[in-house]
Amino acid sequence: MEILQFFVERHDEILSKTWQHLQLVGLSMFIAIFVGVPLGLLLTRKEKLAPPLLGFANAVQTIPSLALFGFLIPIPIIGGIGMRSATIALVLYALLPILRNTYTGIRSVDPAVVEAGKGMGMTDIQRLRWIEVPLALPTVIAGVRIATVLTVGLATIASAIGAGGLGDFIFRGITMVDSRFILAGALPAAILAIALDALLGRAEKRWVMS
Amino acid sequence: MADPAVELREVSKAFGGDRPALSKVSLQIGSGETVVLLGSSGSGKTTTLKTINRLVTPDSGEILVRGKSVGSWDPIDLRRQTGYVIQEVGLLPHLSVEDNIGLVPRLLGWTEQKRRERTLELLELVSLAPEAFAHKRPFELSGGQRQRVGVARALAADPPLLLMDEPFGALDPINRRKLQDEFRELRDRLNKTIVFVTHDVPEALRLAHRIGVMHEGKLLQLDSPRTVLERPADAFVRDLVRLDTKEAVLGS
Ligand SMILES: Nc1ncnc2c1ncn2[C@@H]1O[C@H](COP(=O)(O)OP(=O)(O)O)[C@@H](O)[C@H]1O
Ligand SMILES: [Mg+2]
Repeated sequence: MEILQFFVERHDEILSKTWQHLQLVGLSMFIAIFVGVPLGLLLTRKEKLAPPLLGFANAVQTIPSLALFGFLIPIPIIGGIGMRSATIALVLYALLPILRNTYTGIRSVDPAVVEAGKGMGMTDIQRLRWIEVPLALPTVIAGVRIATVLTVGLATIASAIGAGGLGDFIFRGITMVDSRFILAGALPAAILAIALDALLGRAEKRWVMS
Repeated sequence: MADPAVELREVSKAFGGDRPALSKVSLQIGSGETVVLLGSSGSGKTTTLKTINRLVTPDSGEILVRGKSVGSWDPIDLRRQTGYVIQEVGLLPHLSVEDNIGLVPRLLGWTEQKRRERTLELLELVSLAPEAFAHKRPFELSGGQRQRVGVARALAADPPLLLMDEPFGALDPINRRKLQDEFRELRDRLNKTIVFVTHDVPEALRLAHRIGVMHEGKLLQLDSPRTVLERPADAFVRDLVRLDTKEAVLGS
C-alpha cells in the first residue's frame, strides 16, 4: 500500500519518465528498422557481404551494455553524454535481430515461388515487392519484436549516460537503497515491454498464412 | 514448317552430373499448336520448357520465339508475353485469387477497372464463379480450383504462347480428367501456342496435337498421338505407350 501511495504521489514524474523512455525506444527502433531492413535486403542481393556484416552485428551484441555506453562517452560527434549516444548504442543492439531476421526471412522464401514470379516477367525489384518481402514479413516483424523488447530493457541502462527515461528511477533507487524508486522504474518498463511485445505479436500473426 | 512460333535448334544443357540435362534437342512448334513433352522424371522436360522463357540458358544451340532468338528478347518482355503455369506453388499465397490473376496485367500497367473486368472474364472461362472465388486466398481452394486459377493467371495478359509444366500433376484422377477436358476445349477455342509437360501417357495422348517423347535429355520422337502409338520411333517409345493405353484412348 505504501508503494501504491508512492506511485500516486509521483505519477506525474512516472508518466513523464515513461514517455521519455518510450521516445528513446521509439527513436532507436525507428532508426534500427530504417537501417536494418534495407541492409538485410541488400545482403540477400550481395551474399558476400553477409558474413562480415552479420558477424559485426553479432560482435556488438556481446559487448556488455554498460561498457558500450561507456565507450561512446569520449567519442566526438556521435558520442558524449545524453540522448544521442544512448540512441546510437541502442540502435547498434537492435540492429542484429532486425538484420538477421530480414536476411534469413528473405532467404527462406520458397525458391519455387520466386521462380514463378520470374517466369511471370517480374523484375528483381518487383519480385522483392510482390513476393519476397510480403512472404518474409512475419519473420521480419518477429525480429523487430525481439529487438523492441531488448531495447526497452537496455534503455533503462542508458540512463547511466544521461539519456533519461525509466532508468533514472532505477539508478536513483539503487543509490538511495529505496526499492520504491526501483519499482517505479522497473514496473512501467516491464509493462511497456509486455505491451509492445503483444502488439507486435499480433502484427506478426496477421501476416502468417496457413 | 513455315513460321514456327517456337523453335529449338540443337539445344544442349548440362548442370554437371554424369549426363547432360539436354542434348541437342531440336523441334519446331507451329502457331496455335499444342505440343506435349512426355517423359519420365528427369528426362529434361522442365529444362526444355525453361529454355523457352529464358529461366534456363542453354550451353549451346538456339531458341527462337516468333522468329527471334530468346537471347535478343528482353527477358522481362519475353516472359510477360508467355503464360507460365506450374504445379501448386505458382500462386502467391499472400494474394487473393483476383490479385493473383491480375498480377501480370498490373505489372503491365493496366487500369484497375480493366484488370477487374479481365479477372471476372477469366474466372468464368475456367469455370469458377467470380463472386465465390475472387476474394479467396489460395490456401482456401482445392487443388483443382488452384490449378484453374493458375491457368487463368497465365492467360491474363492474353499471351500468344503458354508454357505448362505438369499443371495437373497434383490432382486426383477425377479432377484431373475434368481439367483435361476443359483444357481441350480452351485449347480449341483460344488458339494459343502451347507447350505442355507431363509424365502421364494418357494425358499426353488426350491433349496433344503432337507429342514429343523425351528420355535422358534427348527428344526421341515428335509426332501426332496416333503416329506415336502406331509407329513408335524405337523400342523405348513403344514400351512407354503400351498397348493398354492405346485401347483406352483410341478405343473410346
Ligand atoms: N537447376 C538444376 N541444377 C542441377 N541439376 C538440374 C537442375 N535442373 C534440372 N537438373 C537436372 O537435369 C535433369 C533434367 O531435369 P528436368 O528438366 O527437371 O527433368 P523433368 O522435368 O523431365 O523431370 C535431371 O537430371 C535434373 O536433376
Ligand atoms: Mg519437371
